Amino acid sequence: MSHAGPLPDHGGHYGRFGGRFAPEALIAALDEVEAEWEKAKNDPAYQAELAALLKDYTGRPSALSEARNFSEHCGGARVLLKREDLNHTGSHKINNVLGQALLTRRMGKTRVIAETGAGQHGVATATACALLGLECVIYMGEEDTRRQALNVARMRMLGAEVVPVTIGSRTLKDAINEAFRDWVANVDRTHYLFGTVAGPHPFPKLVRDLHFVVGEEARAQVLERVGRLPDAVAACVGGGSNAMAVFAAFIPDESVALYGFEAGGDGADTPRTAASITAGSPGVFHGARTFVLQDEFGQTLPSHSISAGLDYPAVGPEHAYLADTGRASYEPITDAEAMEAFRLLCRTEGIIPAIESAHALAGARKLGERLGPDAVILVNLSGRGDKDVDTAAAYFGLVDTEGQA
Amino acid sequence: MTATTLQTKLAEAREAGRAALIGYLPAGFPDPDSSVRVIQAMVEGGCDVIEVGLPYSDPMMDGPTIQRAADRALAAGTTTEDVFRVVEATAATGAAAVVMSYWNPIERYGVERFAANLAKAGGAGVITPDLIPEEAGAWTAASEASGLDRIFLVAPSSTDRRLAMTTAACSGFVYAASLMGVTGTRTQVADTAATLVRRTREVTRESGLPVCVGLGISTAAQAAEVAAYADGVIVGAGFCQRILDAPDLETGLTAVRSFAEELAGGVRDR
Repeated sequence: MSHAGPLPDHGGHYGRFGGRFAPEALIAALDEVEAEWEKAKNDPAYQAELAALLKDYTGRPSALSEARNFSEHCGGARVLLKREDLNHTGSHKINNVLGQALLTRRMGKTRVIAETGAGQHGVATATACALLGLECVIYMGEEDTRRQALNVARMRMLGAEVVPVTIGSRTLKDAINEAFRDWVANVDRTHYLFGTVAGPHPFPKLVRDLHFVVGEEARAQVLERVGRLPDAVAACVGGGSNAMAVFAAFIPDESVALYGFEAGGDGADTPRTAASITAGSPGVFHGARTFVLQDEFGQTLPSHSISAGLDYPAVGPEHAYLADTGRASYEPITDAEAMEAFRLLCRTEGIIPAIESAHALAGARKLGERLGPDAVILVNLSGRGDKDVDTAAAYFGLVDTEGQA
Repeated sequence: MTATTLQTKLAEAREAGRAALIGYLPAGFPDPDSSVRVIQAMVEGGCDVIEVGLPYSDPMMDGPTIQRAADRALAAGTTTEDVFRVVEATAATGAAAVVMSYWNPIERYGVERFAANLAKAGGAGVITPDLIPEEAGAWTAASEASGLDRIFLVAPSSTDRRLAMTTAACSGFVYAASLMGVTGTRTQVADTAATLVRRTREVTRESGLPVCVGLGISTAAQAAEVAAYADGVIVGAGFCQRILDAPDLETGLTAVRSFAEELAGGVRDR
């Protein structure tokens, strides 16, 4: 399941991106994670345990649903949804989390820390830790704990300690800073269960490999369903884990166009955006060289997106590489476009998507218009929208100001 | 190559049979002009070397005190250009000035341009807490060209192989992180510090590269304890805390000066 291409190189580089820009104190731990993963992925016992969890606990393989009604709003192109929203805990995040939680146990560590923005990765991590009996601490920006109070309660219900981060912009990037600070102080018994394909090597590779199953399943499902490969694969991109998840298996298929849809916020040409490939520039952030929203002196700019899960001022380094080489294309989707696609999928297919995933759906609408009715578009529906009902209800004015129906 | 001011300062301390006192302050804290005055007070109190911090929005290796100080500096509008002005003023005090910076601001400014402007301002080198030698190709070339010292970090978790590789890439000194953790005051010096310095000495026997210890040192007694085995004692959060706690700048300057005096006593009491 984990043979995703020749990249990165030995030092974790994807072309001019990636690498390891981390404090020396963490290098030994990063080496340990890398070495353990190389062993685990070739260990039949580890693979069997992970495969059993993915099947019987997560519910894999996830379904492939044809969105016939929604297709009418996509220029008539056939739209196939990879239903990661149907996984246990409600998103693709669980694939990576289960793999890393098993890895934590293999390394003899008893404590797991993680960052979370919207709470999806935090909930998935708290879930795996409950299952495997690991101590769990989740760092979450104070701002996000307010926006996603329900997910804070879910994590606490599952036995995790949730630490609100009150420094900096009090969002995802600051939660990651704080998790790294915890890790360096407690690395002997702690694994940092990183949630996306960003960060210092080996995290971008490890997280990609653990999500490889998504694209691998989808590729076979599309071939079986339509008898050929899709013309395009679409996914939303914040840090970029669900996009790498669905892209990786298709990278060698040159006929398949790969599209990452970034969170444009108010617009990628405005200051209120999270579109780091479209609006950012190469820099070093959270341990890797990648595209970053930054000012002329290299200070990180605050990001904005209606979707907390995409509200991140950088992107995983392999996406930076895929953008650089032209193998994948990245386009911004505004908050308004995403919310329109969110509404459409609810009404036409009876599926409430995560607002993150709605960016991919909005992208699919644009692709369908461009490619026409003969096209087949695979969309990674990375998560379900239960967590976003408050945000969406407020956005569409479905509740009054007291929250009453 | 002629010695940098940093190398000279460390050699002088070694000849005097003491450790050097290295004080850290973010440039621009609490504002650009005042930070120069704080640094002057640090030097008057006895700092041999000043680490001028380049305040960064995402200081992953720093605890709450230095985070707050850097936030104040950024809120006061401090830029990389201000850092060079503070370095220039620091060098004018007679102390050696080195910059401590996360890597992205340097890369963004342009590695060669940064090195050239720092050298022009009288800076002696740069401490890079999130840059390891494996990623430092451009920095090695630029620092060589501008005659700047390259100070990388070693940590208690560094393997012997990495200690040898990292110290071979350093000039000026190697920054030994006393403990596994971030910056900030601690009640006692971690027992990992002495072990790390001993292990580092084993790989620097031939080069004689000075080993300076930082993280968690904030009293004269701790400075004396570390001075017994290290070539330099690095103190940061303790200085920042005194400015954060002071009701006004003048009070803060007095507190900083007397704190530096205490520490300067410590490094001579090895």
